This record gives sequence, C-alpha cells and structure tokens, in this order.
Amino acid sequence: MSRIERTLEALKGQGRKALIPYITAGDPHPDATVGLMHTLVAAGADIIELGVPFSDPMADGPVIQLACERALKHGTSLRQVIAMVKEFRTKDSETPIVLMGYLNPMEAMGYEAFADAAVDAGVDGVLTVDLPPEEADDVAPLFTERNLDAIFLLSPTTTDDRIRAISEHSSGYVYYVSFNGVTGASKINVDEVASRVDHIHKLTALPVAVGFGIRDAHTAAAVGRVSDGVIVGSVLVDTIARNQADNDQLKRALTDLLHPMREALDGLSS
Amino acid sequence: MSEKLTEEMLSALPDARGHFGAFGGRFVSETLMDSLMTLEKEYKMLKNDPEFQARFDKELADYVGRPTPLYFAERLTRETGGAQIWLKREDLCHTGAHKVNNTIGQALLASFLGKKRIIAETGAGQHGVATATVCARLGLECHVFMGAEDVQRQSLNVFRMKLLGAEVHAVESGTRTLKDAMNDAMRDWVSYVDETFYIIGTVAGPHPYPMLVRDFQSVIGRETRRQALEKTGKLPDALVACVGGGSNAIGMFYPFLSDESVQLYGVEAGGLGIETGKHAAPLCAGRPGVLHGNRTYLMEDENGQIAGTHSVSAGLDYPGVGPEHSWLKDIGRANYVSVTDDEAMEGFRKLTRVEGIMPALETAHAVAYAIKLAATMDKDQTVVINVSGRGDKDINTVAKLEGIEI
Repeated sequence: MSRIERTLEALKGQGRKALIPYITAGDPHPDATVGLMHTLVAAGADIIELGVPFSDPMADGPVIQLACERALKHGTSLRQVIAMVKEFRTKDSETPIVLMGYLNPMEAMGYEAFADAAVDAGVDGVLTVDLPPEEADDVAPLFTERNLDAIFLLSPTTTDDRIRAISEHSSGYVYYVSFNGVTGASKINVDEVASRVDHIHKLTALPVAVGFGIRDAHTAAAVGRVSDGVIVGSVLVDTIARNQADNDQLKRALTDLLHPMREALDGLSS
Repeated sequence: MSEKLTEEMLSALPDARGHFGAFGGRFVSETLMDSLMTLEKEYKMLKNDPEFQARFDKELADYVGRPTPLYFAERLTRETGGAQIWLKREDLCHTGAHKVNNTIGQALLASFLGKKRIIAETGAGQHGVATATVCARLGLECHVFMGAEDVQRQSLNVFRMKLLGAEVHAVESGTRTLKDAMNDAMRDWVSYVDETFYIIGTVAGPHPYPMLVRDFQSVIGRETRRQALEKTGKLPDALVACVGGGSNAIGMFYPFLSDESVQLYGVEAGGLGIETGKHAAPLCAGRPGVLHGNRTYLMEDENGQIAGTHSVSAGLDYPGVGPEHSWLKDIGRANYVSVTDDEAMEGFRKLTRVEGIMPALETAHAVAYAIKLAATMDKDQTVVINVSGRGDKDINTVAKLEGIEI
C-alpha cells in the first residue's frame, strides 16, 4: 500500500476528509519551499501537491502562471524540485507528496531518470496536467513498477466511459476538476460538484479529491461534505505572492488560511 | 529515405490516436478531451459529406477567390540564372494570405456543429484577420488572442480585426508572442468549452487539428500540381515554403508526398543566425518535446522550459512546429533549412523590385532560400515558391528596419 493510500485510508477510518494544499516549488524562492511545506503540514495538510514550474502552464490562471514565472526566474528545475522533496523527507516521512505539473520538463529529463529520482527522493504520486491516459503508455508502467501513484484528472466534461477508463489507470486518488476553466477562477457550483462526485463514486472505488475554486473554510467544508478531500491552490499561491518579502509573515499567513479549512473539514465528522 | 511513401500509407496518417510516427497526439487537460474527440468524429463524417464539401468548395471559389494563379517569375528566373521560378499566389487570396483556406473550412465546421462563439490565436495577425473575416461572413462571435508584443508589431492587422467586428485580447503573459496567445486561447477554450469553437491557425495543436488544418490547406498543393502539369507539362522539381507552425508548407507539400521526384524544402526563421540562439527554427536546431497538445520538435532549454524565439517575422516567431513536419523531417522526406532575418529582408526587396510582388516577411524566407536553391539547379528544372501572403501588413516593420518614419 502506498503512502497516499495509507493516508487516505486512515482518514476514512476516522471519518475525516483530506486537506491537500498546492504550492508551486521555487516560489517565491527555491530556498523557501521546504520550509513552506513543513508549515503546510503543521497547519493541517494531509497530502501536499507540489507544483513543478513550467514556462507555458496552459491549464492555469494568472495566479499560478505568475508563480511559475517567479520560480523560473530563479531557475527552478525539475531536478531541483525533486531535491526539495528529498530535503523535506529528512524531517517528515509521513506526509505524501504529489508532484503536479506539465509533461515537457519530465520528457526533457527522461521518464526513467525522472521516475528513479522521484522514488529515491520520497515522491509518492505524479499528476501531469497535459497527459491523458491515452498518451501515457510509455510513462505509466515506469510509475507502476516503482509504486509511484499516477493521479489523473476528471472534469465536468468527462463521459462515463472515460471516468471508468481513467480510474483504471489511476491509483491513490482521482482529482475532480470542479468546473470548466483554469485554476484560480471562481465558477464553483457546490450542488453540481456534489452530484458529479456522487456519480463518480458509483463508477470507481478510488477516493475522489476535488480541486479548483476552493478558497476558504466555507467552500472547503461544502466540497469536503461531498468528496474525500479538497485541493486548495490559487488562494495559497496568491498569499505567497502578497507576502513574499517576509518569510515569517508568509508562514503565518498560510497558516491563518489553511488552519480554518482544517477545522471546518474536521467539523464535518463531529 | 528508406521506403517509398504510398498513397495508402499517407491516408493512414495520422493514426487513430492522432500520431504521425512518434509525433502529434493529444496532450491536453481532461476538460478538452471530450470536445476534441467529438470534433474528430464530426469532422470525419463531414469530410465525406457531399453537402459540406460542396459548400466548402463554393466558398473557396467565390469568397476566397480560388484557384490562385501559378505564375512564372520570368525576370527573377533570368536574374537568378538557374531553375525556372514559379510562384503559387496565395497572397491573392481574400484577406491576403493562405490562412483563409483554413478559417473558412473550420468556420463552416463550427456552423455545422452549431457553435456560435469562435476563438483564435494569431501571431502576425493574418490568421486573426482571416478568422475575423469568416466570422463576419457567417455571423459568428469572434475573439482573437494576440501577444502584446505582436499587437505592437502588427497594429494594422489589429485594426483590421476590430473593423471586422472581432474582439482582440492582448496577451501580456510569458514572452507576449504567438505561443502565449495560444496558451490564452486554450485557457479561454477550457473555460467556455461547451459553446466555443477554437479555430487553430496552423497545423499544430492537439489531434485532430493538425489533420484538419492540413486537409483544408491541401487545396494549395492540389491546384499547384494540376497547374504545373498544365503549364510546364511535368511536376515541379522542388517546392519551397516557409515554416512557422507550417500550415502553408503542409498544404503545399501534402499532395506531393508520394511523388518522389519532387524535393520539398521547408524554410524556418534563422533570426540573427542559428549559432546565436536567437531564432525560431525548431526543426533545424530543436529537439522533440510536448507543447500545445502535441509532441513535436521544440525550442527548449535543458530543463524542458520553452525557449524564447526571435524572428523579424511575427508569423514565424513560434517555438514549435506542426507534428507532421517533425515526422517528414525524421523520415527524410522533406528538407528543413533556415534563412536569417537579413536574408529574408533581401528576399523581400528582391521579389518586390524584380516582380512587383511584395511578399509577407514570412514568405520572404521562402523566397530567399528558393533563389539560392534555383541558382544551383538546371535551366530546365522548376522550383515553385508558395507565396503564402502579401507584405502590406509588414510595411511598418520594414520601414522601421530602414529607419524610416511613416
């Protein structure tokens, strides 16, 4: 059983929902990322999605685009991101880490070299935004062999046949994109999400985490009520952008944002 | 090349998953997958639908103004002193470039599919103008995404698009050029996927776009083939076309792929010179990677970040290229070369002064290379240049380079 599966299973046993924050590695500076990851865990994160910066993040809105630009200004590479995870693991062997990004940096590094380095560093899962299962024939077996969870996206436009097929290729959890749009937009309709996630649960046994549009304790609780976990990205990244000058203040701001979400999610089970 | 390309092999490409050998495919986020699969299915039906084809042919004839002439450039041939140089006059298409062949096809497709909202990306603005034009013609809402840098360079085309009723969105992210315009077009598409049809302007993007843009542009090569046989009694010895994304080149090359005697030359933007790194020549100096929904040759750094490009011509200023070109390069069927900004400017001046035909700066790259090539060939051989667009849109750029204020 992978670290992601163990974590989600334990939460389920406690009747709790997963809180999954996303930050872009290297933003605001490569030296800050590992510290921020520990801050996220202390504030209640169950799993961290660590973004690999890319020059052309087509599925992301302006907030994460700018985070990528800040990270790339400091030359943050995929190899460096993997090294950050390795450093994180020296103090935290429990919290699963999912690398989230686009295919080309991985292709440039070489899929086998990437998979080896990721496992060695203690990465648990990989979510590649622009890699649907249909194109993953070369990549997916390398992950499976190494017990790296391959996490794929489901969206409001995904047909039932595809939900089944994508779930077959997935392990750990599936990531349900709550609306048609880019990260950071605010189009979320909780009732629609509830009925879609309910439907997805009928088609797959995998846990369903929901991302896009979760901005505060209120939306976290509303979405947590109907899913197995919530993914919080742009609002954290925006907080990083606004507090980049002062690292201590930044850590406080991230905690102040995440902690109420944790409490709201845990409030659902009591 | 090791084996002859037969008609049968060619008609099987791209394969069912949109691959041309190792290239192409469909690398997009999940939200777009259903839309792309629906588009592929509908297009395959309409491709063989007589009503759709008749409508497309009628638009090409009466609205675009086809067939365009195949013109013998007699003075240029004499000055060059080698092979006969012929010009396929796509610059005479309505709107002044080959782009409209594709936009009228895709806009008809959108209409048949019941989509009323059109988006497009543009570099030089030719595809944006061609899209805005057909949207006006068919009564469709039109949004064009254009890098802020290109909005500056091509202000004339921006104004044309606005006159045609399109909304032009200046893209400030990244390098503020064509690739960033394409990023933002895809972001818009993901946000309004149900009501929107994305008219991609080149043979790149996710499957089925490289296939359907190629099919719509192939009218260029089919006409050239017929006209060459009529006017010269034989097939051309060489075809020369500029390659940014590569739509005019594939449109010219495709109907000749199984004619082994016809040499194909795609001319990329060498910018300040390949050795300076300031160019836009992924086939000449890049390596395979994944961008904008397909695997193809790209300009990127060692970490897989997409590199900035440079070309005097906005339409060639793109770090990728259509996947079918990548495949044609790897199997050795087509030759990909580059010419510098300076050489292209020389080609621009030459064609303007010797033939009275002012080419687009994109096209000027093909002109410059074709002149060099023709000089090495025999007098009884023929070279056809695809004059993909006219140069009126570039006069501000040319004036600036010559230090003239207009």
